[in-house]
Amino acid sequence: MKESKIVVNNKVGLHARPASLFVQAAAKFKSDINVYCQDPETKEDRNANAKSILGILTLGVFNGMEITIKAEGEDEDAAVEALLALVEENFGEE
Amino acid sequence: MKEIAGIPASRGIGIGPVFQFVRQELIIEKRLNVQPEVELKRLNDAISTARNQIERIYEKVLKESSDADAEIFQAHIMILEDPELFAEVEKKIKDQAKSAELAMQEAGQSFSDIMAAMKDEYFAARATDILDVSNRVLRILLGVAESPTAALIKPSIIVSDDLTPSDTVMLDKSLVIGFCTARGSATSHTAILARGLGIPAVAGAGDEVLSQKNGIEVILDGTKGTAIIAPDEKLITEYRQRIKAANTIREEAMKFVKDPATTKDGKQIEVVANIGNIEGAKSAIENGAEGVGLFRTEFLYLERTKLPTEEEQFQVYKDILDVFGDMPVILRTLDVGGDKEIAYMGLEAESNSFLGQRALRLCLVRPDIFKPQLRAALRASVGYNLKIMFPMVATANEVRAARKVLDECAAELKDEGVQIAEDIEIGIMVEIPSAALVADQLAKEVDFFSIGTNDLSQYTMAADRTNPKVAELSNAFYPAVLRLVREVIRAAHKAGKWVGMCGELAGEPLALPILLGLELDEFSMNPPMIPLAKQIIRNLDTRDMKEIADQALELESPSEIQDFIKEKIPFIAKITE
Repeated sequence: MKESKIVVNNKVGLHARPASLFVQAAAKFKSDINVYCQDPETKEDRNANAKSILGILTLGVFNGMEITIKAEGEDEDAAVEALLALVEENFGEE
Repeated sequence: MKEIAGIPASRGIGIGPVFQFVRQELIIEKRLNVQPEVELKRLNDAISTARNQIERIYEKVLKESSDADAEIFQAHIMILEDPELFAEVEKKIKDQAKSAELAMQEAGQSFSDIMAAMKDEYFAARATDILDVSNRVLRILLGVAESPTAALIKPSIIVSDDLTPSDTVMLDKSLVIGFCTARGSATSHTAILARGLGIPAVAGAGDEVLSQKNGIEVILDGTKGTAIIAPDEKLITEYRQRIKAANTIREEAMKFVKDPATTKDGKQIEVVANIGNIEGAKSAIENGAEGVGLFRTEFLYLERTKLPTEEEQFQVYKDILDVFGDMPVILRTLDVGGDKEIAYMGLEAESNSFLGQRALRLCLVRPDIFKPQLRAALRASVGYNLKIMFPMVATANEVRAARKVLDECAAELKDEGVQIAEDIEIGIMVEIPSAALVADQLAKEVDFFSIGTNDLSQYTMAADRTNPKVAELSNAFYPAVLRLVREVIRAAHKAGKWVGMCGELAGEPLALPILLGLELDEFSMNPPMIPLAKQIIRNLDTRDMKEIADQALELESPSEIQDFIKEKIPFIAKITE
């Protein structure tokens, strides 16, 4: 298993177009990929399937929140790397 | 035989059978003895059919409409392939022995409810998308036709409550003779679509039209705004002759479609188009437009979940400008208010949105909306003949404020090293009576005016044009409106500025002689009206029109003025019969 943490810094967080891009990128890999985060108010841990647009949207990741990406499978390294890169470059937003 | 009165929404006459556009209700019954393997197979088959359908729609929309519209259907594919949603459906089938239909409906509803509960416009739109997708799968499972129009196989008059863009996207336009809606107005989606297609439409005809059976014959008179149900043979023959006469003149007009509109006394009159998207741009060229007098940009903002980016707008503007090459294109900045549901803009509902903070008034307090549009327009201007126009101006101060924002955008772009065209002409819509009355003051601030007669009429006459009870008053043929038009043109010419008109009046056959007489410089109309307008102009002599216009403006009502024009210029009377 491969996992990595990153802070989401783009304007809308994992919503709208960035969420679509994230899910589309995740769907390219064979590994099971999950995203974990902590609710900033209740401190409750939440997670969602990275290949599910509905899962990612309801996860409620906003600007400034830290997420953990965990992948398990034959291409787990490449998967985590690709998703980290996408978040790092703020989903190509201006 | 029965005549039902509504609002004229798109001119012309159509005769054909009624086709009731009804959104079908999906009824799901609980089944006993469900075999999970069978249901899972049914579910998977339905999903794959649904994917084919959505992909087909996506391709169609991409080809015929904008990328932004197509994005909606791309989101639908993502939902259709969502592992969480379908894990839930499968769980219900396997663990609870539910039928595929019931499982799909329950899961779709529960995910949609989660989204709707988030109290955020973006999620609310996704909630609708989930239901849309789950209903598509349900329709396939239940064997219900893909869309309410699947049964539309022969040319018909589409009757409906009111139609939304998603209703009309899959409509085979070649089978639509006309639209008749129970609700809606001359500005609703259906009316705009009909005018773009050049087919008749009647809006706001009331519930009675909804109870007419499929297949019953109807004469739809979009010019008068009536639907005649089950007309007798005599009336049908009469109307058919009128269609034929109108077609003859239209065919003649189409022969000279690319020729300029030169009056008998040798004056070349500029005839341009009103467009709202790339489709309209293409139609404008086909119909012989010499440019664009009104490029409505609202389509970029509707039916979506976030503001269009500067980049996206830049592309759209460039694509449109490219269609016209060096012909003039007047881009009107965003014209929306509280009457439009654009959830992501967070516009507050206003008790009277037509007198509220709309159009330029809104843009001036929302630089987040205004500036990206202006920057995109400026960037797209290089190498083309772009002009920029601000809507809903009431005072000279507003024009100065708008120009200031535009100058800021130009300066920013210059700092960023981005090229923009030199000497872009700036104009305003004259559609508020106050603007018409101080046209001499406003003329100092701009390069041109474009008179918007639809709004000018409703503001001058204090009559809501979407309210069937008073819509008659909101008529640009009232002398009060025409006299304002005369004053605006006089004031502009005195200041050495030119005046166009982009309201419905500019394409009205009976108005053309008056407007020529008032020395209007540019006529902008929906593309299908251009060939006929040009042909009418070719048959008129502007020297005679001055006198006719002066006399017409002394009359008291639209019908008096129209009858007067018919009497003076019999060939136009024949066209409008």
